[in-house]
Amino acid sequence: MRHVIVIGGGVAGLQCATQLARTGVRVTLLEKEPRAGGKLLGWNSLFPSITPAAEVIGPLVEEAERSANIDLRTGCEVRSVGTGEVTLADGERIACDATVIATGFTIFDATVKEEYGYGLYDNVVTSVDLERMFGEGSVLLRDGSAPRRIAILHCVGSRDEKVCQRHCSKVCCVTGVKQAIELKRLYPSAEIYNFYMDLRMFGPGYEEMYREAQQQYNINFVRGRISEVSPTFEGRLQIKAEDTLTGRPLKMGVDMLVLMVGMKANAMNAVLAAEVEGLQMQPSGFMQPRDPFTGNVCSRSEGIFYAGAVTAPKNVCESLGEGMAAANSVVRWLDEQATRQNRTEEAR
Amino acid sequence: MTDFGYTVSKPRRIDIDRNDMTLCDGILSSMPELQTCIGCGTCTAVCTAGNLTDFNFRRVHTLVRRGEYRGAYEAMNKCMLCGKCRLACPRGINTRAVVLLLKERLKGM
Repeated sequence: MRHVIVIGGGVAGLQCATQLARTGVRVTLLEKEPRAGGKLLGWNSLFPSITPAAEVIGPLVEEAERSANIDLRTGCEVRSVGTGEVTLADGERIACDATVIATGFTIFDATVKEEYGYGLYDNVVTSVDLERMFGEGSVLLRDGSAPRRIAILHCVGSRDEKVCQRHCSKVCCVTGVKQAIELKRLYPSAEIYNFYMDLRMFGPGYEEMYREAQQQYNINFVRGRISEVSPTFEGRLQIKAEDTLTGRPLKMGVDMLVLMVGMKANAMNAVLAAEVEGLQMQPSGFMQPRDPFTGNVCSRSEGIFYAGAVTAPKNVCESLGEGMAAANSVVRWLDEQATRQNRTEEAR
Repeated sequence: MTDFGYTVSKPRRIDIDRNDMTLCDGILSSMPELQTCIGCGTCTAVCTAGNLTDFNFRRVHTLVRRGEYRGAYEAMNKCMLCGKCRLACPRGINTRAVVLLLKERLKGM
């Protein structure tokens, strides 16, 4: 029976593993965390439909756990990837016919942008923190009171040379609009200001959601990046920005500041690119697929495939799609290998 | 007192905390579609008055939405109500009605 190792039990890895298992391939799914599910485990709801994340990830985890063809190994860190084998951190070597790298991304550390005061001032939170608060069912200030005015800052750790993150993280624009709507649903009388550089509403229903945020939820959008945050005597946060559409500097006090943190490439990508023949890294730190159009789930190394945000920031739908595409590419490649081998044997 | 010719510059900064937002809130609740503006500037690009004067419809209504009303009424008086901006707005905002609304609410500001 053919055996494929999928590294990473997030949305892309799970989709790829379950699809491979359905087609009769034996899969070893390696997840470094104690539970499979990836970043979505900490996420409450998904844009633009505000669908609970558990509805997407739950069935995939269940299928992976139930499937007789999948050996799901959690708490399992990978040390190196080789041709036809993967070595774990504890030194165990697992042989395989193909490998799928679905290791995703790292969340940008907001403390790096010191001027926004994350970790320094109360009530500066990240989009990830806010999502956890939504999951817990309450969004409150540190003193236990309800926020009356909230600012949401887009592009934290994205499109920013100062933190070596030139790329756009793609999903934060939409997340900022989604979270603004959810905050407004929770606190209808709260004022919400989104500070953005561009709003990239690239998917179906996204632009519609943005318009709904403007017209139905009265959310304010200010084009301009917040330059700095400072605490006020009353214990609020004062923010400064340029309102670039009026060409005037702007300041205001807010109760809470939400930072839309971007996607950073995994540090492990550099190791992969250095150690594995054929694997390449892009300047952004994400892995380089063989071709951006026809080979987006393939690497330049035979038998090693990619799925999901390991190659670029992607949303959940795209990662699910790539999980499928990678499974399909793996099966086709394995079939081709088998045909080639049969021909060689016949020729003998 | 001797006039030395010095002046004190007023801060140009928009201070949302000091601005009276009630007037702006009233304008937006009468016309929620104004909030859907994406700041593209098509209205200003096609503007007949803007071609001849410094009238900038996008800038003035954005300032009003930040609680900056000074000069907005006078600016709106430059509009000739030709309605080209309304034909062009990609969000479908009735910009001509916005002009009339601002003139009604901001008179004397």
